[in-house]
Order: sequence, then structure tokens, then C-alpha cells
Amino acid sequence: MSARIIKINGPVVVADNAESLKMNEMVKVGKNKLVGEVIGLDHGKATIQVYEETSGLKIYEEVEGTGRLLSVILGPGMIGNIYDGIQRPLSELEKVGGAFIPRGVEAFPLPKDAKWQVTFLKDVGDEVNEGEIYAEVQERGIVHKLMVPIGVSGKIAKKSDKEEFTIDDTLYVLEDGTKLGMYQIWPVRIPRPSIKKLPSKIPLITGQRVLDTFFPISKGGTAAIPGGFGTGKTILQHQLAKWADADIIVYIGCGERGNEMTEVLTEFPELMDPKTGKPLMDRTILIANTSNMPVSAREASIYTGITIAEYFRDMGYSVAIMADSTSRWAEALRELSGRLEEIPAEEGYPAYLSSRIAEFYERAGRVETLSGEEGSVTVIGAVSPPGGDFSEPVTTHTKRYVKCFWALDKSLAYSRHYPAINWNTSYSGYVEDLKDWYSENVNEKWYEYRGRAMELLAEDGKLQEIIKIMGEDVLPDMQKLVVGIARVIKVGLLQQNAYSEVDSFCPLDKQFEMLKIVVDFYDRARKFVEMNAALSEILKGSIISKLMRMKEDYKTAEDLKELEKEIEEHFKELEKVYKE
Amino acid sequence: MAVVEYTGISSLRGPLLVVEGVKGASYDELVEIVYSGKTRVGKVIMLEEGKAVVQVFEGTADLDLPDTKVRFLGKPLEIGLSSDMLGRVFDGLGRPRDGLGEIIAKEKRDINGSPMNPVARVYPRNFIQTGISAIDGMMTLIRGQKLPIFSGDGLPHNELAVQISRQATIKEGEFLVVFAAIGLRNTDAEYILNSFEETGAMKNIVAFLNLASDPVVERIATPRAALTTAEYFAFDLGYHVLVIMSDMTNYCEALREISNYRGEIPSRKGYPGYMYSDLATIYERAGIIKGKDGSVTQLPILTMPNDDITHPIPDLTGYITEGQIVLSRDLHMRGIYPPINVLSSLSRLMKDGIGKGYTREDHPHLSGQLFASYSRVQEVRALASIIGEEELTDVDKAYLKFGEDFERRFLSQGRDENRSIEETLDLAWDILRDLPEEELTRVSKEEIEKYMKKGKSE
Repeated sequence: MSARIIKINGPVVVADNAESLKMNEMVKVGKNKLVGEVIGLDHGKATIQVYEETSGLKIYEEVEGTGRLLSVILGPGMIGNIYDGIQRPLSELEKVGGAFIPRGVEAFPLPKDAKWQVTFLKDVGDEVNEGEIYAEVQERGIVHKLMVPIGVSGKIAKKSDKEEFTIDDTLYVLEDGTKLGMYQIWPVRIPRPSIKKLPSKIPLITGQRVLDTFFPISKGGTAAIPGGFGTGKTILQHQLAKWADADIIVYIGCGERGNEMTEVLTEFPELMDPKTGKPLMDRTILIANTSNMPVSAREASIYTGITIAEYFRDMGYSVAIMADSTSRWAEALRELSGRLEEIPAEEGYPAYLSSRIAEFYERAGRVETLSGEEGSVTVIGAVSPPGGDFSEPVTTHTKRYVKCFWALDKSLAYSRHYPAINWNTSYSGYVEDLKDWYSENVNEKWYEYRGRAMELLAEDGKLQEIIKIMGEDVLPDMQKLVVGIARVIKVGLLQQNAYSEVDSFCPLDKQFEMLKIVVDFYDRARKFVEMNAALSEILKGSIISKLMRMKEDYKTAEDLKELEKEIEEHFKELEKVYKE
Repeated sequence: MAVVEYTGISSLRGPLLVVEGVKGASYDELVEIVYSGKTRVGKVIMLEEGKAVVQVFEGTADLDLPDTKVRFLGKPLEIGLSSDMLGRVFDGLGRPRDGLGEIIAKEKRDINGSPMNPVARVYPRNFIQTGISAIDGMMTLIRGQKLPIFSGDGLPHNELAVQISRQATIKEGEFLVVFAAIGLRNTDAEYILNSFEETGAMKNIVAFLNLASDPVVERIATPRAALTTAEYFAFDLGYHVLVIMSDMTNYCEALREISNYRGEIPSRKGYPGYMYSDLATIYERAGIIKGKDGSVTQLPILTMPNDDITHPIPDLTGYITEGQIVLSRDLHMRGIYPPINVLSSLSRLMKDGIGKGYTREDHPHLSGQLFASYSRVQEVRALASIIGEEELTDVDKAYLKFGEDFERRFLSQGRDENRSIEETLDLAWDILRDLPEEELTRVSKEEIEKYMKKGKSE
């Protein structure tokens, strides 16, 4: 007798006669064959979380096991695709259900009719081991490497002699009869293995000054972007997805807006990757489980995304994953936990919230892969704290497991200072790790200049407290200078318009040049303040407004040399007046 | 399928009713409750072997255990749809309320709708001119957007909503308003309907009224009935539909009440943990679909309890909607209408719907400049309140004047005053003249030349 439903409570269903089901097994629920996963087994009863809307389900309808854990299918055809939380391709669902998402539809995640050219790397008689690369396929912007599945090894007995392959074809047959095909299957909740983790020494370059220059992240690193609504989390995530110098981007829209996913879908094919000159869509995989789609699939979407990321990492690529927003995922956990009648910990969240967050971020890292390559998964998670209050459980637990904290600030956003990353409360734990890379590849003084600018901002923070009470006029000139230069840093460096053609992406050498110009300007200006020169002369309006606009007016680091000359002139003029 | 009738009600609690001995009921199914010759409707919210928990939309008052009968209708809660609905008034469940008789339905649809496939959406980028400077200039409404008004008790949000829907002009296509009153006071609902009638707009409106005195549970269905109707007019008949839902706070209160009866574990302030997902199933029903002519634009109104924007209702709403228009009690007290607090307001879709080819080329920078300058005004005012205006620098004094002009000339306008986007933008340049040119860092030199200087010489 097969398992049958005896209780329905929203997305949670209980079935009896469930002895044959395994924990975390994928099941088909009811006569519409809704996709579900076993999340609890107790005395022949299975608790199942259903990934689709359960309306219309009846008591005693059947539950069918599939024999495998909730998994993703990994192979060529994923890039440029958009999936729901359980890896169903949304464009296939559109063909079946039209504009609205249908239920109980099975759709194979990889295109069945696509033809692939395969480069064989092994021959009959070769020994292959798990994780080893046996063939390559050119897929859009990248070389998609086919790897021996985990747990498989042996001698190749047969090799296909076809010219073109579809996704269901077999490439090799091993002596024990195992087939090596175009795709493999991996359960989403289990991290894919690697040989070892490597230290984080290379930055993920994002082209955003406030990140690269002030709070950098390494390839394989972790970062959280917490911020109340309207502080620009999503725009920042989009900017990172556009400009980060990763080989592959996995963008998870987890419980967010439908129109935002559509924006990515319309915009990315038009935009060019600054590194390769190819459309951004050629390196992007989207997972969209919008806020009105079933809540349990939202819970799964995070795992689907990171598993796909790990798969590309294993080919030796650097992958960056943007999860927008992990709070929605945590809320899905809470909602399901409530339906399961578990005892809640803080604010209704289950007690295992913290360990789930840890598990997720721990899947990031730079690793040596089974095939001996070097790959990385960088995880950047947005957090949406209720009321913008950073002391709530999701933010506090996330803070414990990430090394970069890019705190978005409501008051900055209100004054349209974007990206609204608060320089006082944000931090990056990678600055020391990346110091050597920056001094070799950008400028040996990067670390020093960065420190100087941070110091100026900190001092300005203190002075702003005084200004709030007494006005700027009471400050001595030296402090007014600090305030003036800090303003240049805030407006000229930290603010960056995502929609500007010139400034949306700022190359590292230009970033450094800008930083250097401002800090050097400060040092020289100090000398004149000491000589009692008039501050209005030193911070001449025309020069300051040039500094504020240099991000837009000078395209490259090279162009900025011109500005340096002008500054030189400016100080020479001053010198003439004050040096007698 | 034969409809089976059950009499075995075992318990009644708040709006919930438990029936025993049930066979073949399905989750979320529509239920009819028959008592002393009258009927009410409800839906199945939990099923166990032989037992169903039913949520009764009109409440359980007057029902009893032995005589009440329950029928399972084998379908979800549906609403009959037809183009005859134009100009009509319905109750919260979609039944005529104006005494003009039943609608002959062309089609019946589940009020819950289905999630729109992101692949099938069209990214919204067509500007809707509301004729209100603060909105058009600084938080532009886009066709297919969901842009709520965050208000407070006693603030003129209904007036603003009426003015927007009266003045909203779309360049092409037929325009229609669907109005859902959710737990609204009778006077407010009357005001809104009357305003439409006076201007002759009533023939282009479909209204769903659940008033404060109507059953609380019905409020769960009201916005859904309205949105199903809106989708029908937009995607089947090709109308551009503006849906006004007031007041979403009452909706959330109803949600909390039912959750409480169900004995669920509450999250913040007693609201259920799934409130975000639940609100999303309402707000996400705005948008445009590929290959269809119409659009659904939402203008939900909610009153922030105690004017607190961090309260779960505005907070969760803000995370789902594409921006917000926040009303300020302080501006209202100073007699400024509409009292829009521009600094905490935002339209997320604005960036792609303004500028060259949409509104005017200077619009993006100009609005950025207004935001930056007005935000500086707040700092200067705070300072002035401590050290006194006399002590301020000349630049700061200029900001004070700009702040005053911004509020009195740009923000303020008459309740019938309909400004074109050009008028709005020219007015913005005009008040920016209060500031020294060095302070205008967000606009380009060319724009200053073209729009500010030119205007001056005229």
C-alpha cells in the first residue's frame, strides 16, 4: 500500500503508510503530482513540505516516492537560464502555463533539443576518478567541463563516436557499465566535496569604490548586505552581479519582487561584461522564487543556487552568488517551522536558524578541486532586517558567519547617497589578507592611503557631532579642512551612480588614483593651513567641485593625471601668495 | 459532482468552525454554511482524516452546533467576471451591493489568482502623470508598479488617492479604477465614491466595499476579489487598471485575528509569521504581461499605527512594494497639501521611466538634486533651532529659503490643481535658484545653462 495524505496544513502535508520513504526524499504529492520533500519521519508517518500551492489537495490522495533526494541536475544549458526554487526552468513553465505559473508540471532543467559540440579528453583504456574532467563543451561564454560524478571511477571501455550530442547522450562507458553522460545529479542539501580550502588572497573586484577601496571582499569570501527597505540592497546586488570579476554569477531572487527579476532578464542580455566583452547573460544563472511563489520552494532556492555555484567552482571557475534576500529564506524557515509546530526560539524563528545560516555561508570558499584546479564560491547575501533594526536574529546570526559587513544606512539613502554603505558601521575582515595582492597589482601604497582616508572619515564623524550642535563656523581651520576633505571623499569617492555610463564601474587603477589625489590634496592643504592661508583659498570652489566630479569627468586613471597637474598649479599659485 | 451536506459541527471558535466525519473535502475549497434558512461562505484552511477546519467569511455569530449544515462545493472561492461590472458596487466577496441586480458572469475565476511568471512579465517603464509635483517629479509612478501610500490616522490619504486617480493620465489606452475598501469607515468610503461620481468618473470604476461594520474575515477576500477583477479587465479586456486598496492595515488586523484563533505561533507584534508571504500574494499581482495590452498598477493605502514606519505592516509592505509615498503629520499640521515627506518616499521603478524619451532629459539629475538639497535643509534647520538663524552662514541661510520655497511652492498644490510634468520640472529649477550654483553638484553645467539660466532671462 502506498503512502497517502492524512493531514493538510498549508504547504505542510502528513502522510501515513510512509515506511518506504526516506528522509529528504523528493516525493510527488496527490493526483496533481506536486513536488515535495520529506522533512520528518515518525512511526510510519511522513511530514512533507510541498513546493507548490496545495489548494485542491484531498485527504487520502497518494504520495509517491521518487527514490532520490531533492537534487539539481547539472550540465550544459544552465547558463543564461532562469529557474524557480527547485530548478524548474521558468521559460518551459511559461510554454505550459502561460503568464501564470501552473502546478504539478515537471520540466527537465536542461534544454533537451540543444546540440552540443564535445571535446573528448579521455580515450578507451584511460583510468578516470571522481571529479576528474573527461570532456569539454563550449557553452555561451565559458568552457563547460564535464566531471566524473562523485563515487564513480574505473577504466573507460567505450567512447561514443557521434559528432554532436544532446543532453541525454552517453559519452563514455566504463568497464563496470557505468555511463558518463552530459549531466550529473547532486542533492542540494549536501555540499560538493573538494580537496582542501585555500586561503583568501585574491579580491573579487566589483568596480564599486566603497567596496574595492574601502571594504574589499576576497574571491571565496562571504559578505552580508543588511539594510531596511529602500536602502538600495537590490541595486547593489545588481551592480555586483553586473560588474564583479567572477567567471559565473548565480543570482538568487529569494522571496523578492517579480519585476526585479524581469529587470535583470531584460537588462543583462544588453549589458557587456567589462572583462570579456560578452553579454552579461553569458555568465549568469538566475533563480527566481518571487515573494508570491510557494514559500517552501523559497527555502530550497538558496540550496539550489549554491549547489549550482559549487558545480562550476569544481570546474575551476570563480563563482559569485548573490542571494537577495536571505531574510526571506529565514522567514520561510520560520513559517514552515510554525506549521510543524516546533518550539520557537527568538522572534518565532526556529532554534536551528543559526546553524542553517552557518551551513550556507560555510559552503563559500576558495578550494582546490578534485581535478586539481583552483575554484571559488563567493557568497554575498542581502539581509532585510525588520524596521531596519540590526539587532534582530537573522542579522545578528549572519554577522557571526560572514567576514564582510556592508551596512546600508537609511539616512544616507534618504539623502540619495548611493551606495548607502555606512563607512562607520561597515567592515571587511579581508583587508589584511588582500594587502599583498593590492600592493603587487594596484599600488604599494594602497594600504596606507586607504588607512589615511578611513582615518579622515572617522575624524569627520566626531566633528560632525560638534557641527550638529554648534555649527561648522566654530571649528578651527585645521578641522574645517578635515570636514571639507571628508566631504570630498563622501561625495567624490564613496558615492557612485549605478546608472552613470562612466562611473557605474570604476577600474581599480582609477580608484587608487582618485584616492591618492584626495589624500595628497589633504596633505598639501594642511601645510597651507599651518601657514594661516585662508581656507576659502585652499579649498577653492572650482578645484573642490572638480574633485567632486572627477569620477564622471575623467574616464581613466590616465586622464586623472591632468587633474593632478591642475592641482599642482593651484598649490603653486597659493605658494606664490603665501611664501614670502 | 454531488454536493454532500454535513451536520457534524464539533466546535465553533471565532471565525473558525470544525466539521467531523468529512470525506473528500479538498484544501482551500469553498464551503457554504446553511443555518435557519440563510447561508454564509467559508473556506477550508486545514484538513485531517475525517475533519475539516473552516474559516467563515461572515463570522460565526448566530451559528449553532446541532442545526448548522455545511456543504463542500468542490471549488475555490470564485468571482464572476464581466464587463458589466463597470460602474457597479460590490461587497467584499464580490456580490452586488448597490441593489442593481446580479451580474451575468462571462467567466468565473479563483480569487487567489496564480503567481505571475517573471519570464512572462514586461518590465514597467511607462510614466503615469498624476499631476502632483512631488510624485511626478520625485517619486514617479510607473504603469504596472505597486506604490503604496503610508499614511496616518487623520491625514488626507483618501483625498490624495482620489486626486491621483482623477488626474492620472496615460498617453494611450482605456483607463479604469478598481477601488477596494477594506474595513473602511462609512464616511470615508462615501467620500471616495461621491468624489468619483461628482467628476463623472464613476462609469470607469468598479468598487468593492467591506466597511468597518462588515465581517472582519471578509477583509481577507476583498483585495483578492478586487485584484481578480483588475486582472480580468487588464489582461482579458486590455484596460490600464489602477487599483486603490484602502486600508491595508485593516487587512493585516484581520489576518492577525484569524491567526490568533487558529492558535498559530505569532512573530512580531502578534502578526503571523507568514504575513510577508501573504501580503506578497496581493501586492505582486501588479504588473504587465508580454503580449497583453493592459496593465495593473496598485496604489494601496495603509495607516501606520502610531505613525511608526517600522511597525510590521508598513515595514513588510515596503519590502514588497516598489517604493512608498510617505505622508507627514508635521507637514499636514503646517497646512501643506499634499503632505508628502519626500525624503522617506521613493519610487523604485522611477529610474527607468524618466529622462529622455520618457519625461524630460533633465529629470533624473534634477530630482537627485532636489533630494540632496532638501535633505541638507533638514540638517540646517536642526542647526538653526540650536544656534539661531542669525548665526548661520550665508549658504545655510540660502538653504533655509530653499526649504521654505520647496514646501510652499513645489510640494503644495491645490486639490484640483493638475500640473504637467513640464510645469513640475520648471518649477523645480525655479526654486533651485535660491541656492548658489556651486551647491548644485547633482546637475550638469549644461543643464543649469539650458533650464535654469534660460528660464531666468525670460
